[in-house]
Amino acid sequence: MHNKTLAELAAGLRAGEFSSEELTRHLLARIGRLDPRLNSVITLTEERALAQARAADARLATGEVGPLTGIPFLHKDIFCTDGVRTSCGSRMLDNFEAPYDATVTEKLAAAGAVMLGKTNMDEFAMGSSNETSFYGPVKNPWDLERVPGGSSGGSAAAVAARLAPAATGTDTGGSIRQPAALCGITGIKPTYGRVSRWGMIAFASSLDQGGPMTRTAEDAALMLAAMAGFDERDSTSIDRPVDDYAAALGRPLQGLRIGLPKEYFGEGLDAAVGAAIEAAIDEYRKLGAEVQDISLPNTALAVPAYYVVAPAECSSNLSRFDGVRFGHRCENPRDLEDLYVRSRGEGFGAEVKRRIMVGTYALSAGYYDAYYLKAQQVRQLIRKDFIDAFEQVDLILGPTSPTPAFRLGEKADDPVTMYLSDIYTIAVNLAGLPGLSIPAGFVDGLPVGLQLIGSYFDEARLLNAAHQYQQVTDWHGRVPEGFE
Amino acid sequence: MEWEAVIGLEIHAQLATRSKIFSGASTAYGAEPNTQACAVDLGLPGVLPVLNAEAVRMAARFGLATHSTVARRSVFARKNYFYPDLPKGYQISQFELPIVHDGYLDIDLPDGGTKRIGITRAHLEEDAGKSLHEDFHGETGIDLNRAGTPLLEIVSEPDLRSAQEAVAYMKKIHALVRYLEICDGNMQEGSFRCDANISVRPKGQEAFGTRSEIKNINSFRFVERAINYEIERQIDILEAGGEIVQETRLYDSDKNETRPMRSKEEANDYRYFPDPDLLPLVLEDAFVEEVRTTLPELPDAKRDRFMSDYGLSRYDASVLTATREMATYFEATVEASGGEGKLSANWVMGELSGLLNKEGLDIVESPVSPEQLGGMLKRIQDGTISGKIAKQVFEAIWAGEGDADTVIEKKGLKQITDPAAIEKIIREVLEANPKQVEQYRAGQEKLLGFFVGQVMKATQGKANPGEVNKLLGKLLQG
Repeated sequence: MHNKTLAELAAGLRAGEFSSEELTRHLLARIGRLDPRLNSVITLTEERALAQARAADARLATGEVGPLTGIPFLHKDIFCTDGVRTSCGSRMLDNFEAPYDATVTEKLAAAGAVMLGKTNMDEFAMGSSNETSFYGPVKNPWDLERVPGGSSGGSAAAVAARLAPAATGTDTGGSIRQPAALCGITGIKPTYGRVSRWGMIAFASSLDQGGPMTRTAEDAALMLAAMAGFDERDSTSIDRPVDDYAAALGRPLQGLRIGLPKEYFGEGLDAAVGAAIEAAIDEYRKLGAEVQDISLPNTALAVPAYYVVAPAECSSNLSRFDGVRFGHRCENPRDLEDLYVRSRGEGFGAEVKRRIMVGTYALSAGYYDAYYLKAQQVRQLIRKDFIDAFEQVDLILGPTSPTPAFRLGEKADDPVTMYLSDIYTIAVNLAGLPGLSIPAGFVDGLPVGLQLIGSYFDEARLLNAAHQYQQVTDWHGRVPEGFE
Repeated sequence: MEWEAVIGLEIHAQLATRSKIFSGASTAYGAEPNTQACAVDLGLPGVLPVLNAEAVRMAARFGLATHSTVARRSVFARKNYFYPDLPKGYQISQFELPIVHDGYLDIDLPDGGTKRIGITRAHLEEDAGKSLHEDFHGETGIDLNRAGTPLLEIVSEPDLRSAQEAVAYMKKIHALVRYLEICDGNMQEGSFRCDANISVRPKGQEAFGTRSEIKNINSFRFVERAINYEIERQIDILEAGGEIVQETRLYDSDKNETRPMRSKEEANDYRYFPDPDLLPLVLEDAFVEEVRTTLPELPDAKRDRFMSDYGLSRYDASVLTATREMATYFEATVEASGGEGKLSANWVMGELSGLLNKEGLDIVESPVSPEQLGGMLKRIQDGTISGKIAKQVFEAIWAGEGDADTVIEKKGLKQITDPAAIEKIIREVLEANPKQVEQYRAGQEKLLGFFVGQVMKATQGKANPGEVNKLLGKLLQG
């Protein structure tokens, strides 16, 4: 069962080939057996899952079902889940049971999806390797000595290892697309404002966006349709109907204009990864797409701008973790200052502290104009690059990550090198655009991710282009050894 | 040396919305601690603010009422600092782009003149919770009921030159926000409070002196005392050759002094930046114009109208428009009296206010309704009772003995206006006092008062005084 895609499972459930409870038990058992190798799950919610599965089976019996009814999924531990620990990968929230559900949690439950548990992640979504988690690093199922990418590393590894057909992720600078690329799965970061952020613990509010991580574009379309939509509890969510993503998958790509930004194919790109992307471009040509070179001239500014804006927002967003109302509190504080210093000092890991310090500095009197304000201006330039590009092309194509999965510990002590692994994904968040990553080959047995970037709210076109590619390739169907 | 004080006020008016500025929790005062704090107010992980449209409307009302610009685009910013009663570690406020800016208000000066006080800006923000230091045995309790309550912070230009002017300005703002029904003005509950920025400079000098800020003053009396104390303190320091330290001070009303707050607070860098959870607040012209149409008649306009419509003095008109409730009471009285403006003013400001003060009652708690008072004034006007008898009638209405007509009837207080009846009584009085009649006729005309008194005594004050005077004059001449 676990080798079926979400769409295939949905069909099986409807046809009565198996029940949601059977499927759920199968996957729970599989997680129990295989996840010790990966460490992709922080909290398993067996009872809740079985209750949801039985409820889904009851609905399946009535025939009034949607594509997600009875489909098990894993939920990134950044989304609040009523009564279930929501740790955000941090010691700070190791003891935190959210008293409410995130909108995404609610919507997936309403769609009949079955939550198996909560996935491991970089602490507060800050990281590109899933090595900053309080719960330990996640291993890449394609090579257990390599990282799965981050911050949604647990979700990516779990889907790649067939522990669940789908998982949720969040993407602030590449946190869905980069681990999807490194684990050989499909992940889409929607347009900013497409998926509600209510109940999604904030890292950098103006960049964070939730999205699905699946094996195929078709599955991503089904998941995204359930996750997306206007939410009056999120002032940055956008009141606009959700497109019928699944219906758009079958459109031919004849005449689709694809732009290749020259800045994404230059120095820093691993040659073998580049070759895999070139091969994918040829596939798109064969599918009828018109490929042309374009330029996104301010690409080099994206990483520096991001590492001002994201830490600045995070420094403020993480102020609420003060040991007063919830989360980690130090033992026997002497006074208020001590309570703050030790609770935060003990509760946060090194990467989170680093970003809080960088962000605090960037917002400080005397530096605000030079850093935060300047970074916001750069953001406008980057946005304009894309808007200009989308006057010429329908989609932008390039690598998701400059290299395949790197070794655990390889970049852990060098934050700047680590930050550069998001060089192709970060600009998309700064511009608020949708982007997805799909498997596009292998280098030395490690998956390569292809990134497609669309214009605002053009998720349907992105998924369509990804789906068509997946009809003529089988990279997304490969299974890592030991997880067949 | 002669010194001049320079004062600016920052008034915090709690907006009278039903729910909080960024959450659906109630703003009602006095609930059990933390029972009116929802997930958003607690700053739980993952929660997001949603702006209360009513708070925006109220801020716009204030802006329009103070000749200010209501910004078509304003921005919410985060003011970052750690404090246990500040759940998120930042306060959502407005910094660079406030919703209201560049307005003014005219205040009345004691010499009868007026002075224009600039309003720099008014911005929306959320209140913090409360730290409770009692009852926790050396620890601190946190009550977050107040967290997220909408505030309008109204910042004046440093145009005020004395404690008196500051109080006049604060009272005027207080009246205005209540007229606008955007704040209940309850100072005991902290719904209306102010910070005062004070400096002194030698009279004639252009440059400002170093200022101190007195935080959280919650009564008009304390504002006056705190400012006066602070002015004197600063002058004393300067005259002794010292320097003023720029600092935040607290006013202690028990000791009537100001003293510095912990200076640690001073080093705060609030690291303001636009709140990424809230989009810039954009107001359409149509919205602002729609709000304008809902504005009530404002105090100054009402005062001017009272002067022209009812022939009141500026002073009387100002007193009667000092609060919306007073003005409403007055106008209802005028209406019930059949249009007796001046008479209504005299009674509302005289007998009624006197008794209310004595009993410690607010005008809305008056035992005498405007309809009852107006009904009585009608009886004065139509001659049923005299002004003197009216005081008895008024007291009876106050005591709950019914309206004017009931009281007059029951107590037989109806004025005697029939000339024949009065003439008869006068003749009896003249007959009973032949000696005084003789003296009067011999030229002692001041005895007229004696005869009036006798007639009034004989009628228990009910004789129409005009008629008595007229007939007495005639009959005494023989």
